[in-house]
Amino acid sequence: MSVLAAKDITMQFGGLTAVDKFNLNLEPHELVGLIGPNGAGKTTIFNMLTGVYVPTSGDIVLSGESIIKKSTHDIVKLGASRTFQNIRLFKDLTAIENIKIAYHNFIDYNLIQGMFRTKKFWTEEKKAQDECMKLLDIFNMGGYANTLAKNLPYGQQRRLEIARALASEPKVLMLDEPAAGMNPNETAELMETIHFIREKFDITILLIEHDMKLVMGICERIVVVDYGKTIAEGTPDEIKNNPEVIRAYLGD
Amino acid sequence: MDKNKRRAYIINTIAIVTLYLAFFILIQTKTMNKYFIGIAILTCIMIIMAMSLNIVAGFLGEMALGHAGFMAIGAYSSASFSIALFNSGIILPDLVVLILAMIVGGMVAGIFGILIGTPTLRLRGDYLGIVTIGFSEIIRIFFINFQPTGGAAGLKGITKLVNFNNVYWITIVIAILIFTFGRSKHGRAIISIREDEIASESAGVPTTRYKVLAFSLAAFFAGLGGALYAHYIAFLEPSKFNFMFSIEMFVIVVLGGLGSLTGSIISAIVLTTLPEMLRGFAQYRLLVYSLVLIIMMIFRPQGIFGRTEFSLTGAIDLLILRKNTKKSVDGGKS
Repeated sequence: MSVLAAKDITMQFGGLTAVDKFNLNLEPHELVGLIGPNGAGKTTIFNMLTGVYVPTSGDIVLSGESIIKKSTHDIVKLGASRTFQNIRLFKDLTAIENIKIAYHNFIDYNLIQGMFRTKKFWTEEKKAQDECMKLLDIFNMGGYANTLAKNLPYGQQRRLEIARALASEPKVLMLDEPAAGMNPNETAELMETIHFIREKFDITILLIEHDMKLVMGICERIVVVDYGKTIAEGTPDEIKNNPEVIRAYLGD
Repeated sequence: MDKNKRRAYIINTIAIVTLYLAFFILIQTKTMNKYFIGIAILTCIMIIMAMSLNIVAGFLGEMALGHAGFMAIGAYSSASFSIALFNSGIILPDLVVLILAMIVGGMVAGIFGILIGTPTLRLRGDYLGIVTIGFSEIIRIFFINFQPTGGAAGLKGITKLVNFNNVYWITIVIAILIFTFGRSKHGRAIISIREDEIASESAGVPTTRYKVLAFSLAAFFAGLGGALYAHYIAFLEPSKFNFMFSIEMFVIVVLGGLGSLTGSIISAIVLTTLPEMLRGFAQYRLLVYSLVLIIMMIFRPQGIFGRTEFSLTGAIDLLILRKNTKKSVDGGKS
């Protein structure tokens, strides 16, 4: 059974069809890349999958439930979380607070208990602190727990954002150009991280990426879109030699 | 870690009690006359107002310029309640009446917070600012024309229940509650909306619900402040709750630092007492007041404390024990 399935989703902005009957099936534990030239509709697809846009037509099913017209935070609860192309951290909060905010739905006390600091508040906060610390440690960022997010080095900020996305315990993790702005060393490190989290958390990963080396290096399956349509789908080797893909990227 | 926390609790408790005793002695020995006690009480009320406004302006990061409106609702509803209670002939201790009236005032203001917040919070920044101004003006004009609460002539016959003793402790309790709120998961969620609303939503925070929560909670505490005000002044007139009063509160919050509760407290104390201190040279009073604000905003635009909180334990460590409290910035190896 697929974790996330998009059936014939179409997105029209006025007269422009940004995405045209796009189909996608993500199986559990898969690592899929979504590539395409600039303006091909990758980000629009991403935004539909995460509830930012509502598709003009078609259906998206996440772990057995349609997520059309559901708000983003409900989709996160159902098990899909994402990172952003231009890092969106809570800059003036510390690394651990960033994680705790995403862990929010697992902290169980109400407003009154929180304001009067009942016993429940302390036990739940302690649990949250421990769990979030564990997550930071997995990313080797335990030492940065009390550093403000804006003071972290770029690579660490990327990793913190991925860690934050994982704190809501997703089934599908969607990464929007995780290697943007990284040097080859950092990219190599990122590839390792992505591999590692898939094994560690047993999740499905969908990533949009421009860095061909990264995509070809780690993805098991690649979907190529152009002008809002799927033009090719297959293993990295198949994609590399697909004439349609070469035409889309290099022109006739 | 826990030891530090306990130490902080003890030191803060000592400070609060010492401050109270200092005032108590000053009042008992008549060193402080009625006039100064009055200023102290108004300062306490302004502290509550500034801290409650800080929930929306500081934590949520939205411009709310209609706080006087919520205060008016709290003041009028609590005053009507206590008048009705006294008229009904039920005899209760003063403090109980005051607390009941405060709860009524807070609740009614909180409900209005939800009613106003739900439709308007999709607006942002200056647009929200204008809507909140409009709202507080509607409240003011409503009370001017609403005869059951005295209309433009004002509401008379409120029993004076507030004195320095009870207002001091009520302010402390409210300050602690707002402080703990900011450090609970709800406060964190609201702060995350200020930092980045889209990221917050993507982290699974129901942002709309939390915005309304912040808005109504701020209104609730403003209602409590209004109730205290009503039972201290014992006479309410709608013109007090005008636009300038909202701006005054906003100025206090900005000057103290958006998001810093201790900043709000200190700035409320300074900005409430400063105009009174300057009464001696009356004609330059507003000039000096405005100059202080201008100079402050030029040299420290983030406010007195920015977004950080003043820590008494930290200050003691630094000044008396001369401990090096600087934490390592990079936190070590990765």
